[in-house]
Amino acid sequence: MASITAEQEKPASVQTASPEAVVVRFAGDSGDGMQLTGGQFTLSTALAGNDLATFPDFPAEIRAPQGTLFGVSAFQINFGSSEITTAGDAPDVLVAMNPAALKTNVQALKPGGLVIVDTGEFSKRNLEKAKYETNPIEDGSLAKWDVLAFDISALTLEAVKPFGLGNKEALRCKNMWTLGLALWMFDRDRQPLIDWLKAKFAKNPVLADANIAALNAGHAYGETAELAGPLKKLHVDPVPSEPGLYRTITGAEAVSLGLVAGAKLADLPMFFGGYPITPASAILHNLVKIKEFGVTTFQAEDEIAAICAAIGASYAGQLGVTSSSGPGIALKGEAMGLAIMTELPLVIVNSQRGGPSTGLPTKTEQSDLYQAVYGRNGDASLPVIAARSPADAFECAIEACRIAVQFMTPVILLTDGYIGNASEPWKVPDPASFEPFPVSFLGETNNPDGKVLPFKRDERGVRPWIKPGTEGLMHRIGGIEKGIDTGDIDYAPQVHQAQTDARKAKVDGVANAIPAQDVCLGEESGKLAVVGWGSTFGPIHQAVRRARRKGLSVSHIHVRHVWPLPANLGELLKGFDRVLVPEMNTGQFKTVLRDQFLIDAVPLSKTSGQPFAIAEIEEAIASFFDGIPDNEGGEVPVNETQLPSPEA
Amino acid sequence: MNDMTPIQTTLKDWESDQEVRWCPGCGDYAILKAVQRTLPMIGADPKNTVFVSGIGCSSRFPYYVESYGFHTIHGRAPAFATGIKLANPDLDIWLVTGDGDGLSIGGNHTMHVLRRNLDCQIMLFNNEIYGLTKGQYSPTSRVGTSSPSSPVGSVDRPALPCAFALGSGARFVARGYDVSKDLPEVLKAAYYHKGAAFIEIFQNCIVYNKDRFDDFTQKKVADDTQVWCRDGEPLLFAKGTKGLALDHDTLTLKVVDVEDGDWQAAGVAVHNVKNRGLAHMLVEMPFGPFPMALGVLYDDPRPTFESEVVAERAKLIEGKTADLGKLLAKGQTWTVEG
Repeated sequence: MASITAEQEKPASVQTASPEAVVVRFAGDSGDGMQLTGGQFTLSTALAGNDLATFPDFPAEIRAPQGTLFGVSAFQINFGSSEITTAGDAPDVLVAMNPAALKTNVQALKPGGLVIVDTGEFSKRNLEKAKYETNPIEDGSLAKWDVLAFDISALTLEAVKPFGLGNKEALRCKNMWTLGLALWMFDRDRQPLIDWLKAKFAKNPVLADANIAALNAGHAYGETAELAGPLKKLHVDPVPSEPGLYRTITGAEAVSLGLVAGAKLADLPMFFGGYPITPASAILHNLVKIKEFGVTTFQAEDEIAAICAAIGASYAGQLGVTSSSGPGIALKGEAMGLAIMTELPLVIVNSQRGGPSTGLPTKTEQSDLYQAVYGRNGDASLPVIAARSPADAFECAIEACRIAVQFMTPVILLTDGYIGNASEPWKVPDPASFEPFPVSFLGETNNPDGKVLPFKRDERGVRPWIKPGTEGLMHRIGGIEKGIDTGDIDYAPQVHQAQTDARKAKVDGVANAIPAQDVCLGEESGKLAVVGWGSTFGPIHQAVRRARRKGLSVSHIHVRHVWPLPANLGELLKGFDRVLVPEMNTGQFKTVLRDQFLIDAVPLSKTSGQPFAIAEIEEAIASFFDGIPDNEGGEVPVNETQLPSPEA
Repeated sequence: MNDMTPIQTTLKDWESDQEVRWCPGCGDYAILKAVQRTLPMIGADPKNTVFVSGIGCSSRFPYYVESYGFHTIHGRAPAFATGIKLANPDLDIWLVTGDGDGLSIGGNHTMHVLRRNLDCQIMLFNNEIYGLTKGQYSPTSRVGTSSPSSPVGSVDRPALPCAFALGSGARFVARGYDVSKDLPEVLKAAYYHKGAAFIEIFQNCIVYNKDRFDDFTQKKVADDTQVWCRDGEPLLFAKGTKGLALDHDTLTLKVVDVEDGDWQAAGVAVHNVKNRGLAHMLVEMPFGPFPMALGVLYDDPRPTFESEVVAERAKLIEGKTADLGKLLAKGQTWTVEG
């Protein structure tokens, strides 16, 4: 059954090792159910009390041809007994369900890492599709790794034989067989998955039983240790975390829940206008299911109609929300200008993906920052908030709602494909722990002389919100420049000057209504500040942590409010000799920082569609200190094996 | 329209304090007056009335009506109206658009608001030209229209607004023109139709496309060139001496002479606002050999979009309670002990 390459033929023994963190990657054909396998493994890992972070990586094609290199779908999970903030760099374990999955993923594997392959899929034809001239399992090209090759397909068929499934259906249980093996390797409880399978296939108990049998067979395969060598049981200790109730959450879920919570805190019904686009559609799908929370969803004819309808709903007194990804956000630009001009609240969620144009629909990037901060005609400033992780997206969504209604302004919430799809454990918050910000609409005229003044500003420069349907407050608004207080059409030179200034001052004033910038790791001054925003939080944080362990004077500053910037950020940055800004773009936030504070911020760019590896940022930090003449530590080596491999 | 208690108002109550800024003699003035005359007739309530427009000369309209008004962006008024109506179905929405706004840059939204059947009145002012941008040919301009962007005459074939509306699934299609004394009747019918009501209003742009519709709007030719379509009445014109009949061989309409008022003998068709096939024929009739069909051409209500959205939502949330704490803790959870 098991065909194990010569070098692994060592005495069989099941040992239990206990590393701090482990990275596992499941890779297979997009039809192999790898995302499902990964998702279930994530759940069992969370239930075991480990902290974790995941990275789903799947192709843009809906059903890419089977067995091809571009049809490979992968799911990576990093879990461990200490705080985890990234999906990990190099995997310790790779499960490759076919030659294409092996080819596209094996180079990422740590030297000495473990590869599990399904020999049942290593047919001549599949090898050709993956562009292998010889079988890598046999030709020695995998020598730097431990390879476990056995016929998972045949083992699965054997396990599900009693259920009388067709060959195709039976083979679909392969992912559960693999998962069973993984559960054994990492000492995980099978029961939650068995419960889940029963619920999932409630209408088809035979399929449930077959999948459970496959799961058990995979587990038993590890247990009975028919294998020798590298396959051993690993126990990862639970991470000590704050007491409370936990669940796993993806960014798309967190944004949806945060919007619902935000609307509730504002005491408003929510109107969501959306148009299908990857990777933002998940928010629409989530909200459709929870309409009992005063949510109306509208799938519009295009991106423009989606935002315009949301603005219409805001005008009528609801919290208008729209969501998209870069190309869709570009189409919404003109309407955002109208919301700025008419000073109506609106939340615009941008799940960023690689660009320009269609770019990389299913991959991640942070390259829409210029678009968010600067990307409209006219002096059209609006607040921009960026979420750093799936769980953080919840609070950011609430914050976006708060600023939108308190300042009568559209607000952009930036997430990205990585945050949207990735999941992490989330301590379920108590809704009562958030400060409500109920909205009050103008109910009677605000003008002693009678006629309502729809653009009369308060001390923060904010106009009243007036719902159509209110007796005696009829008025007209629009995109043309308007007179002070009255809102009547007026484009006299001094009026446009005054209104432009007033709109800018209002948005600048948001800086006084947000928390002061803190340093999330390290001192408030020093040699180097690594400044990040959005989903680079995890790798930056780990890289700074490691650099600090080596005694380097480096701090991590993470900016949530990317526009307007926190009032104290400029002073804070001036306390550091150098500022490094790692971003998944060509240096956009770096430009904003240089512009706002006249500091020599240095970019660290990555635009491969993949998140930063910790090592990449660590290396950049190290090179800073190499260049400093009085650096007593001399050359600082990059930590190459930051996570113990299962072999260690 | 909405089911609400009629309010007593006069034409004056619907005039805002804003100075009307259209060119002197513009057809828009007449349409504004017709609307302001119609609103008291139907008992509309200023506080529940919202005029929504896009961009163009006609789109300044909301500023001049004493109600709620939203002058939005080019072509998108139907999308704003959709959000407003879904957020508050009690509001009465009037859309003001033009041939460029509603059929060129906003053609997509016009199509979708019609097929969804959002309850609103859509007044499309058709002057066959871009006025606000100083006279370029528009999607309804006739072939050969000379303009700054077509100095030797335009080559594009024009769109037929009412045919476009029917093709998009509109359940109410009507036609009128700016100075017509019957325009308020058409607007009233549009108001009483529950659902998207599309009204093409021929409007004279006296600066860039002057007297373009004189062929049928001039008093002296009106009788011979206009056929007013009224439900249940024969399709007669030229003071009852001519009528429209179905040509059974070609399955198209034909003009027939009516002797001594005996339209039945002449085979003149009786207008039926629920006959979609007839509506298609009326809007497609080429002007010249045929008169211009005016009035309510089609009126066959269907459930409105917002009522369907409300019903769908009621179904989705039936038996569910909105407990945020429970929602946040949904799915598989685990507890970390202190």
